[in-house]
Amino acid sequence: MTEISLPRIAVADAGPKAAPSAPFIEIESLSLFYGASKALKNISVTLGEKVVTAFIGPSGCGKSTLLRCLNRMNDLIDSVRIDGAVKIGGHDIYGPDVDVIELRKRVGMVFQKSNPFPKSIYENVAYGLRLHGVKNKSELAAAVEKSLQQSALWDEVKDRLHSSALGLSGGQQQRLCIARAIAIRPEIILMDEPASALDPLATARIEELILELKKDFTIVIVTHNMQQAARISDFTAFFYIGELIEFDHTAKIFTNPAKKQTEDYVTGRFG
Amino acid sequence: MENHFEMGLDALRQKILLMASRAETAVNESVQALVQRDYDLALRVREDDNLIDQFEVEIDEMAIVLLTKAPLASNLRLVTVAMKVSQNLERIGDEATKIAKRARDLAQEPPVKINLDVNRMAGLSLAMVKEALDAFVHRDSAAARALIPRDKEVDALNKEIHQQLAQHMMANPDTIARCLHWIVASKSLERIADHAKNIAEEVVFLCEAQDIRHPAAKAAGSAPG
Amino acid sequence: MNKIQGRHFRAEKFDFWSFFFSGLTGLATLLILGILATILINIIANGCQGFSWHFVSTIPKKDFFDIKTTGVLPMIVGTTFRVLVMTIFVIPVGVITAIYLTEYAPSNSFITRIIRAAVNNLAGVPSIVFGLFGLGFFINFIGKNLDVLLHNSSAVWGQPALIWASLTLAVMTVPVVIVATEESLKAIPPGLREASLALGATKLETILKIVLPQALPGIMTGGILAVSRAAGEVAPILFTGVAYYMASLPTHLSDQFMDLGYHVFVLSTQSPNIEQTRPILYATVLVLLVLTFALNIVAIIIRSNIRRKMRSLH
Repeated sequence: MTEISLPRIAVADAGPKAAPSAPFIEIESLSLFYGASKALKNISVTLGEKVVTAFIGPSGCGKSTLLRCLNRMNDLIDSVRIDGAVKIGGHDIYGPDVDVIELRKRVGMVFQKSNPFPKSIYENVAYGLRLHGVKNKSELAAAVEKSLQQSALWDEVKDRLHSSALGLSGGQQQRLCIARAIAIRPEIILMDEPASALDPLATARIEELILELKKDFTIVIVTHNMQQAARISDFTAFFYIGELIEFDHTAKIFTNPAKKQTEDYVTGRFG
Repeated sequence: MENHFEMGLDALRQKILLMASRAETAVNESVQALVQRDYDLALRVREDDNLIDQFEVEIDEMAIVLLTKAPLASNLRLVTVAMKVSQNLERIGDEATKIAKRARDLAQEPPVKINLDVNRMAGLSLAMVKEALDAFVHRDSAAARALIPRDKEVDALNKEIHQQLAQHMMANPDTIARCLHWIVASKSLERIADHAKNIAEEVVFLCEAQDIRHPAAKAAGSAPG
Repeated sequence: MNKIQGRHFRAEKFDFWSFFFSGLTGLATLLILGILATILINIIANGCQGFSWHFVSTIPKKDFFDIKTTGVLPMIVGTTFRVLVMTIFVIPVGVITAIYLTEYAPSNSFITRIIRAAVNNLAGVPSIVFGLFGLGFFINFIGKNLDVLLHNSSAVWGQPALIWASLTLAVMTVPVVIVATEESLKAIPPGLREASLALGATKLETILKIVLPQALPGIMTGGILAVSRAAGEVAPILFTGVAYYMASLPTHLSDQFMDLGYHVFVLSTQSPNIEQTRPILYATVLVLLVLTFALNIVAIIIRSNIRRKMRSLH
């Protein structure tokens, strides 16, 4: 075979594969059923460590469901059944010896609607630490401060750590939820449309925060906002009706997607 | 917290500056080769043009990735203007190549005995390029606006040189081939000044969001908004 | 007078039905308020005559129909005790049942629906039936067997007692607590549970640390309703613990006790001279009302304290 030079923007052949840097989250032919209906169809994709991966796709495409497979939040729903495997750092998280509590300690989550506990700002961040047995006061205080610093909230709340978290603005509440998630030093942070309920300024702050956090954490984010995916993610996966249509570098997905469905979706021509 | 999008814009700006310094060097060296009849230098300028073309491609790629992130207002203008500036710089590089080509040919023949003010014209054009880019970097629309009329000076110089050369050709028909080389080189310098003016106009658009190109067409069109 | 601006927004035609129904609902409300006011004014006006410090602080002699010497201290103590003891039982049982129903029981399963139906039916059972149930189950079954086991068959628990009356009331009021708690548990945003679970909390930790503190005001509401209902009930305690007369205050859970509600009944049916007893009767009713209000108000104050705490700190 003769050598051929690749074009500048490498055109990967069709199909979701393009493995990023170091494989960290390996999803292997994963299918998920709600009762009899199949919500995820045989999904295989490998996500890299310390990068931001965005899940995009129309509502009901299964992207949030897949996200919730990564910390087994779907376990809470009785009718859910799962086929296939999800490996994090090489270990199958659906294996028989897996401690779900331990898993959720390693895989944190931030939700669409900011959901701070009706406790003080300090207690919100300390909650996970206390759960996992941190009792030493100075240790707690240091960890709380570090998490609030990292979530760019410290300067705004340092003088009122012991007042209610519900007094914060929507954007601050969401950053508090991020601080709460990172306080227990997870390896992965799952984010389910974390900025969809926020105004543009608060959204911009969350996006900046995500770009900062990827230095220390692996981030998987579900978003309906194409530009948000383009701004913050390194890799993007496009889902449609329970199937992974395309997975590639974000720049590739948004400038030259391989599949027509992806093109139609990102250009807003869908349906 | 630093803004990651701003960092992307900065990288784009840096890239344009690198490209601009390349283009300036190319023009400088091509004029030097022309005036000092330096054959090797002329060849080198032509080879280096690849680098400038490469810059244009890279800047376009960076700009497209930035555009996927949906910049707005002045950021949006900056990205689109950057693409146009890089295009003009690429053209400036092309003109430098043309000059170099003529310099190469002229270097192999005996010099034409005529006193042309090519150095001054080259100086003027290069100054315009340099100042247009300074205006771009500093977002200085006043400087950009001040630059635009200076294109006329270069045009006038070009005309002058053309006339000189035409007279010389009529008097010395054996130099026609060489004089035509000079005419082309002079025209290229004049085009470089045009590109500098284009860049200045883009800078005004960048700063003031106001398109000052083609005032006549604007008035005739008078579209709403 | 410039009313032109307003007129444009008013209905052109006089709307009879709208007038009719707003009038009807208003009248109904007035009627209720009127009845309530009549009762209250009647009780307060007549009750004040017999009401005195001596009246509420005296343990009466056997013949308590004499306005000059009688008092209601044992009845106040008895009613308060039976309500408090009931609360101690009914809140945990009701809350735990509600937690089971909302958090653990598979929703809509057959068993869950049976439990729910049972709880709802329990609320509809006449209170005298609870009294008979208390006699049969608590005294004759549990109490008698306890005596056999612990006291060599001498009657200690196998007779009417404060504890059995309180437990009977607890059985009667437990549906109120269950329903109120369930409602307040359901009102907690599911996002809070998810957030806690996603941080690696177990279900139990989530319920104890996040759900229950949030549901506390709702649980308190259930408690208040239960207390209100129980304080005035006489029928359930009739066979299970109340005494016609006791010379001393109850000191032990196995003691019998006197009760304000039952005392009202006694005064109005057993008195040798109705006219002479009437002021005592009114004063006793007034004391019962005040006591019920007081118990309610204490609970309401505690609840609003919890609410305020939740809103400001923690």
